[in-house]
Amino acid sequence: MLETLPITKEEICKPENLVYSRTHLMTDAALSYCPGCGHGTIHRMIMEVIDEMNLQADTIGVAPVGCSVLAYEFLNIDMQQAAHGRAPAVATGIKRLMPNKFVFTYQGDGDLAAIGTAETIHACNRGENITIFYVNNGIYGMTGGQMAPTTLPQMKTATSPFGRNVETMGYPLKITELIAMLPGTYFVTRQSVHTAANVRKTKKAIQKAIEYQKLNKGLSFVEIVSNCNSGWKMTPVEANKWMEENMFPFYPLGDIKVPK
Amino acid sequence: MSATKDIRLMKGNEAFAEGIIRAGCDGYFGYPITPQSEVLEYLSIQKTKERTGMVVLQAESEIASIHMVYGGAGCGKRVVTSSSSPGISLMQEGFSYLAGAELPCLLMNVVRGGPGLGTIQPSQSDYFQAVKGGGHGDYKMIVLAPASVQEMYDFTKLGFDLAFKYRTQVMILSDGAIGQMMEKVELDEQIPRLTDEEIIKKYPWVTTGKTSDRERNYITSLDLNPARHEILNRKFQAKFKKIEQNEVRFERIDCDDAEYLFVAYGSSARVCEKAVQLGRAKGIKIGLLRLITLFPFPYDEVARLAKQVEGILTIEMSAGQMIEDVRLGVNGAVQVEHFGRLGGIMPAPEEVLNVMEEKFIKTKVYA
Amino acid sequence: MTEEIIIAGFGGQGILSMGKILAYAGMMQDKEVSWFPSYGPEMRGGTANVIVIISDERISSPILNQFDTAIILNQQSMDKFEDTIKKGGLLIYDPNGITRHPVRTDIDIYTIDAAYESSRMKSSKVFNMIVLGGFLKLKPLIDPEHMHLGLEKSLPSRHHNLIVENEKAIEKGKEIIMPKYLLN
Repeated sequence: MLETLPITKEEICKPENLVYSRTHLMTDAALSYCPGCGHGTIHRMIMEVIDEMNLQADTIGVAPVGCSVLAYEFLNIDMQQAAHGRAPAVATGIKRLMPNKFVFTYQGDGDLAAIGTAETIHACNRGENITIFYVNNGIYGMTGGQMAPTTLPQMKTATSPFGRNVETMGYPLKITELIAMLPGTYFVTRQSVHTAANVRKTKKAIQKAIEYQKLNKGLSFVEIVSNCNSGWKMTPVEANKWMEENMFPFYPLGDIKVPK
Repeated sequence: MSATKDIRLMKGNEAFAEGIIRAGCDGYFGYPITPQSEVLEYLSIQKTKERTGMVVLQAESEIASIHMVYGGAGCGKRVVTSSSSPGISLMQEGFSYLAGAELPCLLMNVVRGGPGLGTIQPSQSDYFQAVKGGGHGDYKMIVLAPASVQEMYDFTKLGFDLAFKYRTQVMILSDGAIGQMMEKVELDEQIPRLTDEEIIKKYPWVTTGKTSDRERNYITSLDLNPARHEILNRKFQAKFKKIEQNEVRFERIDCDDAEYLFVAYGSSARVCEKAVQLGRAKGIKIGLLRLITLFPFPYDEVARLAKQVEGILTIEMSAGQMIEDVRLGVNGAVQVEHFGRLGGIMPAPEEVLNVMEEKFIKTKVYA
Repeated sequence: MTEEIIIAGFGGQGILSMGKILAYAGMMQDKEVSWFPSYGPEMRGGTANVIVIISDERISSPILNQFDTAIILNQQSMDKFEDTIKKGGLLIYDPNGITRHPVRTDIDIYTIDAAYESSRMKSSKVFNMIVLGGFLKLKPLIDPEHMHLGLEKSLPSRHHNLIVENEKAIEKGKEIIMPKYLLN
């Protein structure tokens, strides 16, 4: 079929035809995420904003333990890899000693809302002037799909194979609503990246969060509800649909705390 | 008293706090615990932000403290935390990550009795934890054992120097007695804190924001490639070997003609020093090998002295931990015995002298 | 010269600060000094004690169980420390609240009615300085000039107005200390 095309590849790939290119703040390393996962998109959104705001030389990121443990392989910025759950403490250490830098953590729900609950709440409550990007997919992806603090009631995981029984396993934790109550948080929002429109909204939220840090406003917290098609044992399309039908009613999208 | 010298009467904990300020510390992160709360209290009242620009932050836990240290250390800053035994147990996770990421920092443990909540009284029962590991993985940290308030002060600058020389953690292993007692301290001039520019120039590995003139820097202890990770671990071991070759420190007290030897560190060494005086007053030729570095351990010096003396008595406020290293150094050349008090009780000079006599000298007469 | 002293009594009697002032004054007089407190819950109302060593030589052990001088300010401390005084040593105590008086005959024993005297001076705060004065009368290790410097150094500057009062109390202590055999 190719030889019947009216124009060649060389003719198409000309600078004047270029409408999109990957930001140079993403490295050439192949992403280790499963096909259909939201992490790649979220990585790209954050890097695009840092690039557009010309902040590469001023940015220090903190990677968690979880699927995004290797974020520093993909993001062309200075980063520190933190112990499980401790990213807000690591970011506190960085920001307090480098107050003019843009400092962010990138954490999953197990990291942020289970093992790192104390670090999360206290960094928020101190109003650390950092930004937390919180990717919530309701499951432990990296370790193979175990129950997370955010796993929905009745949801099946490797450690709740008959569904999450809230009577014995507790309730899913809405940590974002919880930290929004703290006086130290300035901007708290919940977004997603499963449609182009939502990606654009997420990007705006990231922009705002970074702006607020520049203005020393305190802690900004951007939750991104995302899928885990591997952990949920669904195709990417099914996973996104399931997310809309089940995750969003429990974790509704939108701003939770906005500056007055 | 000389007019030019700045000499003060200070608690060990206060001397440590003043020491880190004057050694150019950038940040201290800590959580209150007896018997070392004076460190955070002293730093708080000193208004360090105004004095040198140093950041002092009370964290929500020892776990948070040590990971704040990690963040600061990753930026090449001179960072410190201190705690006492139960808090140090909580920090072991952080120590392991710091070792894996090769981050320099200064730590202090003002040891109290354990296990568990134990007691707030002085103890030396965290020797194994400090010297042999504590956190997971194959790593060591330099361990300095101050025996006076002056050394609580002096070891802060020494600790920073060693930490950055080797990109390693340095722990000051003190105890409740040294932390709480007051002695004279001679203070040095303030060493200015390094500027960000100086740090970037001195330490090219730091995360301070990726500039166009270099590749990105990242701080991590993770490497999932077994071959690479083995090479990394061998590099760590080579570093510890180098530390063992270069950084052994100890003090010989009346060792030249000694027939019997105490080996001790920290406040126990002070007790032994008095016992040496009491023993010599009775005509017994006793010496004291006071350890200053616990890692690296002075195996060679112990081996030399083992050939000279007729018996070695280790004095520790523990059930016998350091004695294992002494025996490794002695390697069977002479009898090595242990005496220790537990539960926060400090041995008295007469008591340890008596044990020395009972174990070695009296038995010799009857033999 | 080496003087090894234990000061013991109730928390709140100014035990630790008495030791601290003595150590500071010793330091101002170019002596080697150490101050080793009991610490912890004891600081909060229980018994408190501090070992102070003043010496012309390097101090070896700051922790001792034999003392040249014991200054004892409650019954529990009397029970605990009477036997730790070296033969020929000195025991100073405030008889107020003491139900079992010391019995040793191989040491010098003095009493000082410091609690009574401080209430007469309408300042319970100077209690410990009266006791310290009594000690300095018997063991004049530190001259008044260096005691003054010691007070200056160990009191925060907002309390420097109290130095004169403290020095008066020290002088009072020197006046009222007396051998135990005079106690009846």
